[in-house]
Amino acid sequence: MDAPLLEMKEISKTFPGVQALRDVSLEVRVGEVHALVGENGAGKSTLMRILGGIHQRDAGEIRLRGQVVEILSPFQARVQGVSIIHQELNQIPALSVAENIFLGREPRRALGFLDWEAMFARAGALLQDLGLPIDPHRRLGTLTVAEQQLVEIAKALSVEADLLVMDEPTAALTIEETERLFSFIHDLRQRGVGIVYITHRLEEVFRIADRVTVLRDGQYVGTYGMDEITLDDLIRLMVGRQLTEQYPKEQVAVGDPILEVRGLTVRGAFDGVSFTAHRGEVLGISGLVGSGKIELAHAIFGAIPLDAGEILVDGRPVTIRSPSDAIAQGIGFVTEDRKRLGLVLGMSVRDNITLPILAELERGPFIRHANEDALVRKVIQDLDMAVTSPEQLVRNLSGGTQQKVVVAKWLQTRARVLLLSEPTRGIDVGAKVEMYRLTTDLARRGVAIVMISSELPEILGMSDRILVMHEGRLTGEFTRAQASQEAILASATGRVHRGV
Amino acid sequence: MASNRAATVPPARPPGARRIPTFLRRFGMVAALALLMAAISFLSSAFLTVSNLLNIALQVSINAIIAAGMTFVILTAGIDLSVGSVLAFSGAIIAGVLAAGRPVLLAIVTGLVIGALLGLVDGIVITKGKVQPFIATLAMLTLARGMTLVYTDGRPITGLPDAFVWLGAGSVAGVPVPVIVMLLVFVVSYVILSQTPFGRYVYAIGGNEEAARLSGVNVLLDKTLVYVISGTLSAISAIIITARLNSAQPTAGVGYELDAIAAVVLGGTTLAGGEGSLWGTLLGAFIIGVLNNGLNLLNVSSFYQQVVKGIVILLAVLLDRRLR
Repeated sequence: MDAPLLEMKEISKTFPGVQALRDVSLEVRVGEVHALVGENGAGKSTLMRILGGIHQRDAGEIRLRGQVVEILSPFQARVQGVSIIHQELNQIPALSVAENIFLGREPRRALGFLDWEAMFARAGALLQDLGLPIDPHRRLGTLTVAEQQLVEIAKALSVEADLLVMDEPTAALTIEETERLFSFIHDLRQRGVGIVYITHRLEEVFRIADRVTVLRDGQYVGTYGMDEITLDDLIRLMVGRQLTEQYPKEQVAVGDPILEVRGLTVRGAFDGVSFTAHRGEVLGISGLVGSGKIELAHAIFGAIPLDAGEILVDGRPVTIRSPSDAIAQGIGFVTEDRKRLGLVLGMSVRDNITLPILAELERGPFIRHANEDALVRKVIQDLDMAVTSPEQLVRNLSGGTQQKVVVAKWLQTRARVLLLSEPTRGIDVGAKVEMYRLTTDLARRGVAIVMISSELPEILGMSDRILVMHEGRLTGEFTRAQASQEAILASATGRVHRGV
Repeated sequence: MASNRAATVPPARPPGARRIPTFLRRFGMVAALALLMAAISFLSSAFLTVSNLLNIALQVSINAIIAAGMTFVILTAGIDLSVGSVLAFSGAIIAGVLAAGRPVLLAIVTGLVIGALLGLVDGIVITKGKVQPFIATLAMLTLARGMTLVYTDGRPITGLPDAFVWLGAGSVAGVPVPVIVMLLVFVVSYVILSQTPFGRYVYAIGGNEEAARLSGVNVLLDKTLVYVISGTLSAISAIIITARLNSAQPTAGVGYELDAIAAVVLGGTTLAGGEGSLWGTLLGAFIIGVLNNGLNLLNVSSFYQQVVKGIVILLAVLLDRRLR
């Protein structure tokens, strides 16, 4: 038998603070569709970034067609016949479809001038081959997200790669578009192209893959033929680990409802979401990337406008059109991206913490600095924050301490409902435990916590009740006792479960 | 695994790591100004006299007042190119009211209202219209200049009452009125920026607009207000320049936006927003003023003056980048 198309052997990669990959291997044969699965953070994307020349491995070996290769840049990856369709689109909305397809390798005439006719003709032919009714002259930005995704796929196919990597290609596609994509994949396989197919939708794996490789926590779990494994096996392999981290969960008597949402809809993000959060309750919301859970939090907080639905606080309907409306209703929001959304990095700890309550600290037109300082010093002590002074710039703090600054901000507003979006993303294990302890502490004080997270263990470890979202809809509801990783993952991939 | 992770987390930068360059930056500009003054006084005995220093302060006042408003705008990561034209239009209206024989106070209030209104238009176009500040204020630059030319018919408006002219030419205890106005503007602006919630919001918006919005800051209102402030301070400069020239010139204020931006940037405020100070801006305005004055005293031709000014600004900003 010939050498496999791709062999990645014992690849390791460390980022500052995180071992992203440890001795991970992947083998793709000629004409094979090879699925790569694992939870968020399992290392799938990192492995593909190494293959694509975006990151460099620390250890291990890559062979293409039996030859050892070094892939030092995305350009070299392309020269080696590796083409990657990234999850986030790398496209230029202001340019035409054809220009996007041929970006960086435009057909040229003599003297280096662009050959527009050839470009549009070839793009048109390519799109037609794929059965896509898209005019190559159209500006990319005028297409729907699904169409843009298909253009990205057309672009990857146009380079005539031997090895094609697709990262969640169906995330934005309709059923028909997905079917069309599967038939391209089938054709490509016939032509001997190897395909690495990354997806969270495990049913797709069974439909189109020949083999599957499972990663977990940056480590290689195994490679299996699709005929020797079941869906339940696959989920178990992905989840695998026991809950090793400590969750300082405390059962708190759940009180009256505080926040109730009914039929919340933001078109293109989520549809008809209803739930109630109670005093002292930790309500977990789980779901895969693109499930709409993040947008849900932003909409409740007034950061993105609702298309339909109502929000009730203490049983009374309220109007929330902006974050300041939400804050006035006693809602706080620890955002998923503290550097981009949660903090002003160039300002001090003090200035960040009191930003939402400056108006309360006024005497006449001026800020009462003494009161401000006292408040800030108290909360620094209460949360045991590792800061040298309230004047310290937030930029210079560790991730865990920065996250405490964000929480401290919402303690100042005396928030009664706290939306936590990916509360432990990018902070180390010790800081995570502190974050969980803080969550428990707030629940004990009667705050309703809505914890939105992609990390199943923390959802399971901390929640009293768990909602699961899939493609913008609630597909599951579990009590703490009913919930299991397998059941949540099944709901998150579309299996409806009503346990409560 | 847990211990492994904890061990590889990069240590937080030592406290105050950012403060040293900030200090150096401020100190660097003070040193630059001192050096510049020392060099000029060595070359010209006329430089280091009380009357010449007051003269410099007088010449600096107009740019400094505009630059104070520009500091607010740039701190929010915006820019206001319309200041020179707003100055011209406010000045023309003030002179028009005065020439019609109306009271000085009415003329001043009218001028200030005009400046604030034009700033308000800038602010609304930028926040509600979601137009980039550069474009919105570029349009206002042209629009306000055009309105000035229409209103004045391209001719100066003269014949202003003495009580008004005193605002430009008079002095209190030997200190020219414009210098007093400049100092008042800086003190009030400093208090607003450092002692009020609005001032804090200005820094927060420039530092991270989205985070400020998610903290409940009314970003649209506050961003609009900085352009109102900039327009109002342009109108204050219009009062001074109209009084000093004893007339409103239709071409007054051409290019003033660039001098104001230069003063702000020399003062260490970053165009990216969120970081900077008013005192830096005052320093920046004085560096430009001292340079102008010195080059005049040394009889450097006005053509070469531009070249030297350009080089100094370039060097100062390059130095600033180094220190960052």
